[in-house]
Amino acid sequence: MKKAIILVAFLFVAAFLLLAATSMRPFGEPSFADMDDYFIAHTQAEVAANNAVTAVVFDYRGFDTLGEATVLFAAVVGVLALFRKLREDER
Amino acid sequence: MNTGMSVIVRTITRLVYGPALVFGFYVIMHGHLTPGGGFQGGAVVASAFALLLVAFGAAGVKGHLNAHLLQTLEEIGALAFLALGFVGIGTAFFYNLLANSGPLFGGPVVPLGSNSGVFNAGGTLPLMNWAVGLKVMTGITAIVIAMLVGARKEESE
Repeated sequence: MKKAIILVAFLFVAAFLLLAATSMRPFGEPSFADMDDYFIAHTQAEVAANNAVTAVVFDYRGFDTLGEATVLFAAVVGVLALFRKLREDER
Repeated sequence: MNTGMSVIVRTITRLVYGPALVFGFYVIMHGHLTPGGGFQGGAVVASAFALLLVAFGAAGVKGHLNAHLLQTLEEIGALAFLALGFVGIGTAFFYNLLANSGPLFGGPVVPLGSNSGVFNAGGTLPLMNWAVGLKVMTGITAIVIAMLVGARKEESE
């Protein structure tokens, strides 16, 4: 009984995904390419960087990167605080 | 207390450690030219430090890697990144003020096409890459050290 339910659920999800896969756009043709074209055409002139990805990450979308850096900072502080607690207990 | 792994692992670590550091710093330095950047290169350097920690143990690197010093360096990197974001505040937050102007990474407009290898370009991008690279390498190393020391403490109880 349990296996039958799992099988039905699996088949349902697989059919759903296959149905979605049939209606996907062809590879390399996004529906909105205006931003991509702008970055590719203007990155080297505006930011003077050959690496367009770095130009997007640190210049055009710098605020996103600040959020990422904050996430890492929070992770470091959290881990060090967690294990410092363990160290204080030992004293 | 366990001080590390076998002599084979330690020998291979001695061989791989230097090239891994050099490759990581290369990825950070050339973030605005080649694929990669501060995050990726910092992760490579941190993996070299993690390899050192795994091979020699927490006791083997005691005195060489200090978690609190690393955390301080990580905060310095974060503040440097934030300060570089404020460099162009006159126009907009994270505006690239140094690009195409001045002697510091304001080099010529890079020729269009594939990688031209002009290092002195990109404005604040290389500086931000260094800040983020410092932040990522020290932050991840601090996490690994703290977890390793904590796990060893729990083991010995």
